[in-house]
Amino acid sequence: MKALRNIVDKMKPNFEKGGKFSKLHSTFDAFETFLFVPKTVTRQGSHIRDCNDMKRVMIVVVVALLPALLFGMYNVGLQHFRAVGLPDAALMQCFWFGFLKVMPIVLVSYIVGLGIEFGVAQARGHEVNEGFLVSGMLIPLVMPVDIPLWMVAVATAFAVVIGKEVFGGTGMNIFNPALLARAFIFFSYTPFISGEKVWVAGLTKGEGIVDGFSGATPLTDAANALAEGAGTVTYTGGSGPMDWFLGTIPGCIGETSTLAILIGAAILLYTGVASWRVMLSVFAGGYLMGLLFNLIGLNAVMDMPAYYHLILGGFAFGAVFMATDPVTGSQTNAGKLIYGFLIGAIAVLIRVVNPGYPEGMMLSILFMNAMAPLIDHYVVEANIRRRNRRLKLAK
Amino acid sequence: MSKIIKLKQGLDIHLIGKAAEKLTKLPVEGRYSVKPTDFHGVTPKLLVKVDDPVKAGTPLFFDKYRPEVVFTSPVSGKVEAVVRGDKRKLLEVVIAADGAQDSEAFDIPALGTAGRQEVAELMLRAGLWPFMIQRPYGVIANPADKPKSVFISGFDSAPLAPDMNFVLSAELDNLNTGVEVLSKLTDGKVHMGLRAGTDGVLNKVAGVEQHFFDGPHPAGNVGVQIHHIDPISKGEVVWTIDVQNLAILGRFFRTGKVDMSKTIAVAGSEIVEPRYFSIVSGAAVSSIVKKSNIQPQEEGATVRFISGNVLTGAKVAYDNYVGFYGNMITAIPEGDKYEFLGWAMPRFDKFSVSRTYFSWLTPNRKYNLDTNLHGGERPFVVNGLYEKYLPMDIYVVYLLKAILAGDLDKMENLGLYEVIEEDLALCEFVDPSKTEMQAIVRQGIDLMIKELN
Repeated sequence: MKALRNIVDKMKPNFEKGGKFSKLHSTFDAFETFLFVPKTVTRQGSHIRDCNDMKRVMIVVVVALLPALLFGMYNVGLQHFRAVGLPDAALMQCFWFGFLKVMPIVLVSYIVGLGIEFGVAQARGHEVNEGFLVSGMLIPLVMPVDIPLWMVAVATAFAVVIGKEVFGGTGMNIFNPALLARAFIFFSYTPFISGEKVWVAGLTKGEGIVDGFSGATPLTDAANALAEGAGTVTYTGGSGPMDWFLGTIPGCIGETSTLAILIGAAILLYTGVASWRVMLSVFAGGYLMGLLFNLIGLNAVMDMPAYYHLILGGFAFGAVFMATDPVTGSQTNAGKLIYGFLIGAIAVLIRVVNPGYPEGMMLSILFMNAMAPLIDHYVVEANIRRRNRRLKLAK
Repeated sequence: MSKIIKLKQGLDIHLIGKAAEKLTKLPVEGRYSVKPTDFHGVTPKLLVKVDDPVKAGTPLFFDKYRPEVVFTSPVSGKVEAVVRGDKRKLLEVVIAADGAQDSEAFDIPALGTAGRQEVAELMLRAGLWPFMIQRPYGVIANPADKPKSVFISGFDSAPLAPDMNFVLSAELDNLNTGVEVLSKLTDGKVHMGLRAGTDGVLNKVAGVEQHFFDGPHPAGNVGVQIHHIDPISKGEVVWTIDVQNLAILGRFFRTGKVDMSKTIAVAGSEIVEPRYFSIVSGAAVSSIVKKSNIQPQEEGATVRFISGNVLTGAKVAYDNYVGFYGNMITAIPEGDKYEFLGWAMPRFDKFSVSRTYFSWLTPNRKYNLDTNLHGGERPFVVNGLYEKYLPMDIYVVYLLKAILAGDLDKMENLGLYEVIEEDLALCEFVDPSKTEMQAIVRQGIDLMIKELN
């Protein structure tokens, strides 16, 4: 490693102030600190520091996303081969097909997002933040596989610039950048991210598709039943809870497999990177809301068993990876419980009551992102009241 | 026995190099110094010139804004140097000791009948007043204030900290007299926080209300103890004194002489045979830690000397001096080395509270930690972490943000009266965003002093 260090040391002066490439200082710094933890020592305050840093925290989240990503790649292939009438395609064949489909989306998201991050960091004279390492992975996972790449690029740019940088960058943003990217496409290019065709690769083009094949997700089935006033929901392809849990159904790239997501959740909870309070309360909120609708039971969707909601659509993915974003979520322990509970409850409310939006998770989290500071405000106010009450007692 | 206050939040960082209970008495020789920079918020005005003869207790400088608060020489000898820094800022008054330890003479009244005024004036004249630290703000107390109560922490829970029961084992009489002096200064109580389960000289000190604490660091921080016994609200003033300084105070009132002898721990991974030394306040680090006593664990590593503990102490050069409030010297390796892909490595030899590393599997292992920052400074991202390391009802990030925004109302409401830097040292240690929390807290306190007084 000494040789590599020497090379870096030799290049370094060019990127310092006054050097040939001083305009790329932040970029160089990002790569240097990626390769080598800097030799900076503590100047003031605590002389020793925990060896945990932002890079470590973020990389753990990326690792936790890998099961969902890998399964997503496999599932993209699986759904495609089912659509073209080859349901017995081999595992690696499915995976390879999905890999080629998904990888470009991942690359576009990272290149566009990191490009903007590097530029902004340079303009501000900051170090490059690691936050986008996670956002850049989340964005592809909440996209349908057939999304045009330019749309991913535009949405990513929107999310990073409007969602994050205008507020001051990582740590200052109000809305989850990845969900903002999805919402941007959802409202600007609705046909590309909703309906029955976009979830399976090749279905929109329609070449070689088996007659009568539908790429509808179970939630679309439910919404259709609601719109038609049907007595029961008929699920496309006869899929059932086990398929939904394992994730062998159409849907966004990373959201289908509750199992893969739970593996990620285990990593996040074990390492303590994500808050168990948020995760638990999202699931609790969704489940209790589902039970409540069971009691009312006015239509087919209200009658869906409550636990269906937890394994369908983006619910689990949102609960584990989106709601737990420490920056945009509630920041106090009491607040986290309220925040999570309402995310779960509102997501199910949207799903059941509003047939226009078969998936409520995205809107629910974004809405609660906006509400989180309010929740925290009241929690912190309670702390202040406790302190002031003591003051009155003393007098 | 009063009930035990159990604290859950906090962390004991186990480091290599704890001082063994072995005491070496050092002769009074060489150079000693008093550093105005040890006293927060003091603007020093010099009273002596180079070559002036001084005795122990001779005033060296005073605070421009509170002329009655003087700072005196710990030893007899002559002023050897007045060290100034940028803009002629006074950094050190250096005294060459003659070894005689002559003290200025003070008439000590009978404590039973002495009044508050009399006691305070004596302390001021002898240069012992700076022992009294007030809360809020953690600055030298204002003699005109009437504190609600006085708090003493009877143990230091910081990493490698000296065992106060060992340090003060022969000082019971002085401690008792010290408490008697304190009770003159306040109409309230004198509280002492003790570690539950210990039974040493400090359990025998008379005239104090004992409180027992159980739990990891910062249970020994006097601010934490105040928070759990009798928290400070707006408009209230509480005084605190370091327990070793309490013994020095008592010694003065028993003998009428200024004798700033104290026992410090010399600890840390880079020290051969870490143990206790008996010194006079302001001694040079080099006179205590001989070159032969320094042995870096890793070949060629530079050593950082800290007057105080690794969390809150001040960095001192080897030829500099122990601080006025210092109870220990810690020597740890500088971490000025690059680490290839360090953030992605398992880092088995490093310590982290995060389970993204493995040190939680070996909770009792002792570590040799260096001064590397282990990452770059970032905005606040994680939450829910800091509150686990501060046993107070305070929202750390909200308080820090209020300080950064300069919002005095919020700072007050969110509890800045109750903390000083040392209370947030652990939060600073664990922070993956590497925020300079102690500096921010001091910045907030300075702003409050400036705006509200």
